Amino acid sequence: MRRRGKDRLITKKLVIRAVKDSFIKLAPKTEIKNPVMFLVYLCACITTLLFIAGLFGFQDTSTGFVFAVAVILWFTVLFANFAEAIAEGHGKAQADSLRASRRDVTAYRIPSADEKDKKEKVLSSMLKTGDLVFVEAGQHIPADGIVVEGAASVDESTITGESAPVIREAQGERNSVTGGTTVISDYLVIQVTKEAGERFLDKMIAMVEGAARKKTPNEIALEIFLVALTIIFIFVTLSLYAFSSFSARQADIVNPTTITSLIALLVCLAPTTIGALLSAIGIAGMSRLNRANVLAMSGRAIEAAGDVDVLLLDKTGTITLGNRQASRFIPVDGHTEQELADAAQLSSLADETPEGRSIVILAKETFGIRERNLQDMQIEFIPFTAKTRMSGVDLRGSEIRKGSVDAIKEYVEAAGGRVSSQCEAVASQVSQKGGTPLIVAKNHEVLGVIYLKDIIKAGVREKFSDLRKMGIKTIMITGDNPVTAAAIAAEAGVDDFLAEAAPEQKLEKIRMLQEAGHLVAMTGDGTNDAPALAQADVAVAMNSGTQAAKEAGNMVDLDSSPTKLIEVVHIGKQLLMTRGSLTTFSIANDVAKYFAIVPAMFAGLYPGLSALNIMGLSSATSAILSAVIYNALIIIALIPLALKGVKYREVSAGRLLFRNLLFYGVGGIVTPFVCIKLIDMLLTSIGLS
Amino acid sequence: MENTIVQYGLCIAILVALAVPLGGYIGKVMNGEKVFLTRLLSPVERLIYRTLKINKEEQMGWKKYAVSIGAFSLFSFVFLFLILLLQGVLPLNPQGVKGMSPDLAFNTAVSYVTNTNWQAYKGEVSMSYFSQMAGLTVQNFVSAAVGISVLFALIRGFVKVKSEGLGNFWADLTRILLYILIPLSILVSVLLVSQGVVQNLNRNETVELIEPVVTEDGDEITEATVPMGPAASQIAIKQLGTNGGGVFGTNSAFPLENPTALSNLIELISILLIPVSLCFTFGRNIRDKRQGVALFSAMLILLLLALSATFAAEQSGTPQLKAQESVNIEQTDGQAGGNMEGKEARFGIADSAMWATFTTAAANGSVNSMHDSYTPLGGAVPLLLMQIGEVVFGGAGSGLYGMIGFAIMTVFIAGLMVGRTPEYLGKKIEAHEMKMACIICLMTSVAILAGSGIAALVPAVEKSVNNTGAHALTEILYAFSSAGGNNGSSFAGLAANTVFLNLSLGIVMALVRFIPMMAILSVAGNMAKKKKTAVTTGTLSTCGPLFVGLLIFVILLIGALSFLPALSLGPIAEYFQMIG
Repeated sequence: MRRRGKDRLITKKLVIRAVKDSFIKLAPKTEIKNPVMFLVYLCACITTLLFIAGLFGFQDTSTGFVFAVAVILWFTVLFANFAEAIAEGHGKAQADSLRASRRDVTAYRIPSADEKDKKEKVLSSMLKTGDLVFVEAGQHIPADGIVVEGAASVDESTITGESAPVIREAQGERNSVTGGTTVISDYLVIQVTKEAGERFLDKMIAMVEGAARKKTPNEIALEIFLVALTIIFIFVTLSLYAFSSFSARQADIVNPTTITSLIALLVCLAPTTIGALLSAIGIAGMSRLNRANVLAMSGRAIEAAGDVDVLLLDKTGTITLGNRQASRFIPVDGHTEQELADAAQLSSLADETPEGRSIVILAKETFGIRERNLQDMQIEFIPFTAKTRMSGVDLRGSEIRKGSVDAIKEYVEAAGGRVSSQCEAVASQVSQKGGTPLIVAKNHEVLGVIYLKDIIKAGVREKFSDLRKMGIKTIMITGDNPVTAAAIAAEAGVDDFLAEAAPEQKLEKIRMLQEAGHLVAMTGDGTNDAPALAQADVAVAMNSGTQAAKEAGNMVDLDSSPTKLIEVVHIGKQLLMTRGSLTTFSIANDVAKYFAIVPAMFAGLYPGLSALNIMGLSSATSAILSAVIYNALIIIALIPLALKGVKYREVSAGRLLFRNLLFYGVGGIVTPFVCIKLIDMLLTSIGLS
Repeated sequence: MENTIVQYGLCIAILVALAVPLGGYIGKVMNGEKVFLTRLLSPVERLIYRTLKINKEEQMGWKKYAVSIGAFSLFSFVFLFLILLLQGVLPLNPQGVKGMSPDLAFNTAVSYVTNTNWQAYKGEVSMSYFSQMAGLTVQNFVSAAVGISVLFALIRGFVKVKSEGLGNFWADLTRILLYILIPLSILVSVLLVSQGVVQNLNRNETVELIEPVVTEDGDEITEATVPMGPAASQIAIKQLGTNGGGVFGTNSAFPLENPTALSNLIELISILLIPVSLCFTFGRNIRDKRQGVALFSAMLILLLLALSATFAAEQSGTPQLKAQESVNIEQTDGQAGGNMEGKEARFGIADSAMWATFTTAAANGSVNSMHDSYTPLGGAVPLLLMQIGEVVFGGAGSGLYGMIGFAIMTVFIAGLMVGRTPEYLGKKIEAHEMKMACIICLMTSVAILAGSGIAALVPAVEKSVNNTGAHALTEILYAFSSAGGNNGSSFAGLAANTVFLNLSLGIVMALVRFIPMMAILSVAGNMAKKKKTAVTTGTLSTCGPLFVGLLIFVILLIGALSFLPALSLGPIAEYFQMIG
């Protein structure tokens, strides 16, 4: 399977495009959307004006110094733009390839499913909701819709990246098709459900490109915090000018504080690192989700994924392998195991379900019962029907049936027999162990019980225990009876289960959990999942699912993998953590910048203050320049981290906090001391200051 | 040294031992539960409600609660302003004190209504007894009560789920006064009177000096005027209500306000008693005691850090003192040693440093020594305590709700670092809470920086400062920090009674009191509407040592980031000059 995730994060092509975009983003209209960087932008403008004024005789401080600061500030702004541009780059590239699939195709509209010969050529963009179209092998499906007739294999790789074709057919859960995909065999009659512009592909393009990107609630809250800090630092620098002027008057000297050095201080103190990377982090989170083949309908959904503390997981496919396997034959009422196995094998020969096949395999493994020559045996297969709820064979006057306890009971009792208490006891034992009992009867007489076992997927127990450490509770949803469900739940290590779950109960359970203050995530694919999906805080709909399910969810999993939910939670948490860690780093950086700039500004006024120059920076000019250069370069240095996200481990909140504080808090204090010193040494050695 | 540690330890132990039960008592009172005073006071309470037509069951939304506070405070301000202007013609004025100038009356009225008690006047010469009693003492009670009531509105906001009401402000005010502040003040007043604090309405007395003093001009002084007045009753509430405005100009350094070691201990403990108790009340009333203990621990650690720093700076004195052969600055059994300038000999270094720390940690502002005479770093600690927004216990009620503002901010950053959108006490912290928390935490910094910045540019202010150079800047900074923290402590050394300073400091006091107060009420109202999220192991614990540590770090970091440049031109520059 082709995964977009294998693409490299930064390629030459992306970089070139991003560099171009960083200049385009210099437009004030764009810059003002990011208040912290807008301040740097204004400061860059002011220093540039100061430099120009300097050329005409207005001296703030040495013209060369003003020029240097102005240049570095422009670079700071460009670096921030670059971070955002490169984060958008992935999405844009993806959107371009999606756009290619969206191009207008010719559709064949038909008046009704019975009049397939009355085809009328129209452009796909002209199709209206309710129109019927006929699509043959080799043609593109023109619009989102529902299959009303036919069955065909469809190549959906344009959307899912999965090259293996999928079956789409009228009726059932697999009746929804997406515009832009291709029919590769047979034909389909499709009823259009979406007009041009609102189709899945349109939404997908908008999402991956980030055109519909709005600031998410948490992003807004963080931005408020950053703006508040920036406002404080504006007051800090303005008042510092006043204090410095007061002190200079007291000492009877000229105010040593220049506008340029104050601007440098302001830019260094303002949380520019996180300010520059904030939108890149959000976009990158979205792209990570896209690379996991999940399409979020809003950024809000990803943030909610980080908060989820209850996962509703379908048993089948997520916790257990999709199918049950026969693991034992248990004869009852004096019959032998061989006899039971023989009958069971016969009854399952034509049973193509995985359960049926596993019975044949078990019979072969334990008793060497091989396939027989079916022609010789005058055999007639009785398929499973919803009415009888049994399947089996009739051969040479004898009947063999297998089915659930209730179904066989009915069958046996209809002929005047009865199911022995031994049989019922065995059946209930099997249930208690988490298995499914299947009763085999021959000529209305019970032979024994086949123990069908649910096979728990490898590694799920550990996965659930990791989730528990993170404070996420798992709830298994199953149609099994409570006894079976409890046994499987215990074996898989889930925290809770919902047995004999009907869609209404799912919805009820979600409401209950939400009422108790939980945030609930679930996956679903069927139309009857739609109400629960709509209620859940994070709802991942399978792409293979029905239109209704996809409408109700706030994410679509293009791989239709039931375990994807766990990955989604992971990405959500990682997004929030990246924001938090870089904010901490950015603020912690300020300590070192103070120690660089404050002594540089005031050592002339109070020589004693040079004791604060603990980095031993060579000169005042070099100290200020080093701090501003560091401030710009750190943005570039942290772009890969912003795109990849900080490392995430499944441990408790306390340990996670401790680790990240150590890394980004303490690291944030120490790093700039080292880097600013190095930059200062470099500047001094090349004689720039 | 050991003596000092034992003394500090004992004092804090007594404080906590008193605060824990008092915290429980306050919690009960505010929840309307029965306490031992209920039988005695509930008829009075009911009478007040009936007379004033207060429906104590009314659940005010945050806006109504805020408007009630605003109206009440505005009325208090006008009332006090008029008394001060007109005190010359009002009764109980045996000294014949004149009415105040409008700017001084404005400053003083704002100061008392905002629980600041910044004093640009000298009590014994500028205040009539009527002003002291009907004006200042009343405000000492009600301004503290307003702060406490806001805290309880916030607590209710945390506790309630999907509802609107935060309680009835008038009923809260009544209960706080009737059950908490008045009984406690009576108790403390009686204790103080027993130690010799004056309490009368007599004219000042003139007494003959036992030992005549000869001034530099050669004049011999044989008599002294001993000020009188209703002091004990006002001092009790001045300490308990984190007010700090002394009856007499030299505040608790004056023997008639603070005569003995015991009265000093009582007044010291009274400074922090209610703010410390409220931490425990908070834990009790939100039904999670550990949360209260966590905030208490954060505050206590900051207090101890500040206390040790102030004491160390004062005890080690200055190199200049050390260099003088005639002075022994060692601590011995016979003397306190250290930097004794501006300190009462009877209190020494230990008690003075403790008072200086307590009074600036809590938004009290009373003094028993003159902070202007402290060593640069010894004076910088009280300065910084005010600048971080009075959250180390802080003002009655306001200190804790300010701290909760910081907790919200801390939880926001820490929550993100563990990959969850943040929550505090089960309530999600979203954009609105963040906006308000920023206002709560940063208002003080903005007001102090803006106020002192402007003052530093006004030439007239330069004439008000007593010193020059770095110390002069510190004096200006201290005045605005004191106003900006609603502390009211005075550095001395600044002639503050000028039109510019009266007005600018008055404006700063009003802003930093009411803007964060409205912000916290808005948080409370918003919190009440939210549902409570469930606690899991993925929830960031807000009562563990890690969170407490981080909270302290955030407070210090924001304080340092806001004030390091200013301090480096004030006390830090002075320190480096001192050590040469």
